[in-house]
Amino acid sequence: MTTDKTSTLDDVVAELRDGMTIGIGGWGSRRKPMALVRAIARSDVKDLTVVTYGGPDLGLLCAAGKVRRAYYGFVSLDSAPFYDPWFAKARTTGAIEVREMDEGMVKCGLEAAAARLPFLPIRAGLGSDVLRFWEGELKTVESPYADPDGRTQTLIAMPALRLDAAFVHLDLADSYGNAAYTGIDPYFDDLYCAAADRRYLETDQLVSTEVLVKSVPQQRLLLNRMNVDRVVHTLNGAHFTFAGDYGRDESFQQFYVESAKEPETWEAFSERFLRVDEATYQREVAAWQAERAETKEDGK
Amino acid sequence: MTTTETTETAVTRAEYCVIACAEIFSGAGEILASPMAPTPLLGARLARLTTEPDLLITDGEALIFADTPAIGRSGPIEGWLPFRKVFDVVASGRRHVVMGANQIDRFGNQNLSAFGPLQHPTRQMFGARGAPGNTINHPTSYWVARHSARVFVDTVDIVCGVGYDKADPSNPAFDDLDIHRVVTNLGVFDFGGPDHTMRALSLHPGVTADEVAENTSFEIAGLTDAPETRRPTDEELGLIRDVLDPKGVRNREVR
Repeated sequence: MTTDKTSTLDDVVAELRDGMTIGIGGWGSRRKPMALVRAIARSDVKDLTVVTYGGPDLGLLCAAGKVRRAYYGFVSLDSAPFYDPWFAKARTTGAIEVREMDEGMVKCGLEAAAARLPFLPIRAGLGSDVLRFWEGELKTVESPYADPDGRTQTLIAMPALRLDAAFVHLDLADSYGNAAYTGIDPYFDDLYCAAADRRYLETDQLVSTEVLVKSVPQQRLLLNRMNVDRVVHTLNGAHFTFAGDYGRDESFQQFYVESAKEPETWEAFSERFLRVDEATYQREVAAWQAERAETKEDGK
Repeated sequence: MTTTETTETAVTRAEYCVIACAEIFSGAGEILASPMAPTPLLGARLARLTTEPDLLITDGEALIFADTPAIGRSGPIEGWLPFRKVFDVVASGRRHVVMGANQIDRFGNQNLSAFGPLQHPTRQMFGARGAPGNTINHPTSYWVARHSARVFVDTVDIVCGVGYDKADPSNPAFDDLDIHRVVTNLGVFDFGGPDHTMRALSLHPGVTADEVAENTSFEIAGLTDAPETRRPTDEELGLIRDVLDPKGVRNREVR
């Protein structure tokens, strides 16, 4: 009998430990496992090292004071004003230590971990300040094979980005950890899972295996059972980033950015949207959207 | 706004910038053109509709366009290029990116990450993004919509895009470093000056060498001898005004 991995957000939070290294899937403000991120932000866990193609996931964890170190290729909200306010605040106050790198180096480091290799060579990073960001942790490796002209290549030896835990959001999954994306891009979610000891998947649609494999072409079945430890059913879980069936909530993302500007507005945002469980969050978001639509209507 | 009398109206600064961005891709062949802002996007598409039909262009997300649609519009596709495959293209070298820049120095080092100390910046931007990998792997150009001494600085705070003074000639891994062009609202530049320093190739009509010098922190080679940027052809103006950018997006980026 195949193991049923259906879990709650509380089940996931119970497995978090201080100081762990976590990888967060998605990309910028695209298909981020935001329900899981919100659960981590609400939890008591601290001193996290976060590996990510960063967006509001990293922002919310910085706002909650959960991040000690961050490994990233970029941090972007993907639409105006682009720069995440809480990541910016954590950086300009020196609250977090960063290992900034080229975007391709993140993929490379996850691939090394997935293949249980200590490093993989990559050209990206050479000559740039990525080496200074890593403060001696990033080294080069010389090829044992000379080029045809007799010179030898010295490359960045990208260390494996081994993760204690990976958190990803996929649009469609079964109870066992088989899962598919329905949007245009798989991003790197399979690599995050392959690089991690514990793999947490949130999904908008929890369906039978039969429905899953009939719903999408086989190439979209990004994760199989070997890559997943827990499956959490989270309707609209990627909000306010986009996922397969819904677009990015641009107005809510802008509200998040605006709210970060003053302590009072952030307190109001936190009270309504962050210090609440996921069901309340989703209810409050729907209420906020209705209020906003009404205000617009009145303005006409 | 007139969209038909293409030869009657004066050529705008934004239109000189678009053709200068198109010329970035002259001779590029069958590679991926990756413009990261409206003006270079218009340039890439203009090149594809004129002299560089084999360029690959995307919707900026994950689809490769078969046709060459207007800015902001979609169209028939010919392929799929999700982010992970973009990194494969980067490593293959078959790409020319046109990035923006918060800072560029005279050797072509570029910053889009942050200002100030690495672990305690005074202002946070994107982080390094793909700039280190782009510059070390394939041709890279830059687009600067407002040429100023705050962009063109003596020393960039954080080296994201690699400049020529960082290259190690004994290491073949640096062999593909190729900072091809810098196009700004004032002119067209490359790094063909002494020791791979920034050099003026042309200044847009109405721009003086003094204006460029005042807005650049370092000396630009060949500045006083730089000719005017060439006038767009009627075909180019028609494509820019009527086909690629009928709503005038270019005029919001360059005034």
